[in-house]
Amino acid sequence: MSEASQAPEMLSGGEMLIRSLKEEGVEYVYGYPGGSVLHIYDALFQQEDIQHVLVRHEQAATHMADAYARASGKAGVVLVTSGPGATNAVTGIATAYMDSIPMIVITGQVMSWLIGDDAFQETDMMGISRPVVKHSFTVRNPEDLPTIMKKAFYIAESGRPGPVVVDIPKDMTTPNDKYPFHYPDKVKMRSYNPVQRGHSGQIKKAVQALLEAKRPILYTGGGVILGQASEELTQMAHMLEYPVTNTLMGLGAFPGTDKQFVGMLGMHGSYEANMAMHNSDCILAVGARFDDRVTNKASEFCKDATIIHIDIDPSTISKNVDAHIPIVGPVKSVLKEMIELIKGSKVVKDTAAHGDWWKRIEEWRERHGGRYRTDDSELLKPQYVIEEACRLTNGDAYVTSDVGQHQMFAAQYYKFNKPNRWINSGGLGTMGFGLPAAMGVKMNYPDEEVICVTGEGSIQMNIQELSTCKQYDLNLKVLNLNNGYLGMVKQWQDLNYESRYSHSYVDSLPDFVKLVESYGHVGMKIEKPSDLEPALREAFAMKDRLVFLDVVVEPTEHVYPMQIPNGRMCDMLLSKTERT
Amino acid sequence: MRRIISVLMENESGALARVVGLFAQRGYNIDSLTVAPTEDPTLSRMTLVTHGSDGVIEQITKQLNKLIEVVKLVDLSEGVHIERETMMVKVRASGAGREELKRTADIFRGQIVDVTASTYTIQLTGTSEKLDAFLDAISNTTIMEVVRSGVSGIARGDKVLAL
Repeated sequence: MSEASQAPEMLSGGEMLIRSLKEEGVEYVYGYPGGSVLHIYDALFQQEDIQHVLVRHEQAATHMADAYARASGKAGVVLVTSGPGATNAVTGIATAYMDSIPMIVITGQVMSWLIGDDAFQETDMMGISRPVVKHSFTVRNPEDLPTIMKKAFYIAESGRPGPVVVDIPKDMTTPNDKYPFHYPDKVKMRSYNPVQRGHSGQIKKAVQALLEAKRPILYTGGGVILGQASEELTQMAHMLEYPVTNTLMGLGAFPGTDKQFVGMLGMHGSYEANMAMHNSDCILAVGARFDDRVTNKASEFCKDATIIHIDIDPSTISKNVDAHIPIVGPVKSVLKEMIELIKGSKVVKDTAAHGDWWKRIEEWRERHGGRYRTDDSELLKPQYVIEEACRLTNGDAYVTSDVGQHQMFAAQYYKFNKPNRWINSGGLGTMGFGLPAAMGVKMNYPDEEVICVTGEGSIQMNIQELSTCKQYDLNLKVLNLNNGYLGMVKQWQDLNYESRYSHSYVDSLPDFVKLVESYGHVGMKIEKPSDLEPALREAFAMKDRLVFLDVVVEPTEHVYPMQIPNGRMCDMLLSKTERT
Repeated sequence: MRRIISVLMENESGALARVVGLFAQRGYNIDSLTVAPTEDPTLSRMTLVTHGSDGVIEQITKQLNKLIEVVKLVDLSEGVHIERETMMVKVRASGAGREELKRTADIFRGQIVDVTASTYTIQLTGTSEKLDAFLDAISNTTIMEVVRSGVSGIARGDKVLAL
């Protein structure tokens, strides 16, 4: 090799940043240009490896990156300018943080010598984002950029994943200042070493408890999807023949149509899932965090059960509910070890007790089983709309949602058989998430069916992105469950405020069909139940168009079951007239 | 219960803000906090005094450990340890009380580090309890100013918090 070829390439900070992204295998950068990132945008312009996706609002860029990550397992990358560009990204960063989604957010910053002077478009992004990031970096020397980017990706994607902000003052990316570029293969940090495997003694104890249980249940969350352990979970559940319930974030980790699946648990969980949890004597929690929307009143949570808790994040364990057998480790490797131990175990399971347990579960299933009334309205029922969408896509679509009643209906009635297909803002509950999320997925999986289930309230929080969809030919489908109200707010007002609809009525809605047409897409309004199936078929058949289905649904519908706040798992409203 | 948590962390700007932010964000108490670089200039050592139930303390140590810049930490109150805090008190010292203040400072092994015709500045080092007791003992004098360093701590014996 000649000496010249060994000399490191000389690159500007902006070029080093883009090259670092390439080294990380980044395919897309979602963003919006502005003063502080112009050098970076110029470097981006002069290469073809990474596609930049221009959104219409920075929040949408973060949700696109987030959903890309949720569907693919790889960190999504966002690039925004300083000041308002960065602050607009904050909601999306918080959304990713709450659901532990790997994401890299590159924010421009004013020139380093101007920091602290209240310069134009200056904001303390490190400070503003601190509570909602896994970590953040500020670049002080352009030469540090490759190492910082390597660390950023490593931190974002390893352990319990999360968003990482990299704040880059404009003078770090000046085109004429060149530095030797070397991208590290590996990065070691003495202060950050995520656990690689679980404690084998604890795992043994857990298997023993699980095999000796008489009324066991597996309660699994988003960690199984993030930890790519869906296969192991399914295998173990089938070996044990125990019931499985998923959290809102965990749907799809275990097949939704499997007979061992008892549905989602929690506030709007199925009757059978919540009853089984409450009556269980042994709960195996995998990659779940005992969120208040799951446990109801934590001090009343499943008092008869031995709780085994597997999680990669030690701070999750015994945070809300004490675990009897805690296991800190990656869910995939822990489940693998458990499977091996189960195979070799001499413990004889109490099949009679398990038979009785399943009998009780079947009775609960029969009592409610996700039924809803169909005889009280001429209008379409939102539940039915989701069921039909599920049927016509064979339960195989990527479904994103916004936040509210439609989100719960989608979670309850779309039966996800595969992980990474159900994409919603579970932790933060961000309205406006659904459309950009669907865009992030559709761009990466153009041949897959991608449906954004939304409502007329949520969709208007990021509807400008229909323009981005046109620009990039993102032919997703929007299922707008239009009931003319902020449905979930209205439901709580019905239940707790004697139906005083304080600002939950969405006045002066746009004509969605005309609106989407003006963006260059296809709009359909569906008012009659008999029109639903043909319209859905037509929409799904239009592979090369974005179709927005404005579906007029029954406005008085509530989401049930619904746990009674501050009660036990088993305290539920089952319909407008029944409670447990 | 009162706890003393010692933290070794990367000596980087922003690290302290993350710790303080964590306490504010999650509603944990900080009774005192001191931080300074160690003999290794890449590391800072922080001593945090906090109080809370066992569950809260467990969460505090776990959440602190989760911060990327935190290298290691120990709850000193779990074992035998030495804690020290330094205090400087500026008091009105005139007339008959002047001599009495000097005597009290001596009893507490305090030092008078600055003197004017009408004031003493007394420096005192010890456990927080001892400093409180001193302030109590001179409560009949006019205390003009109190400045306390916050607690530093170290484990007794061979145990060390180091890399």
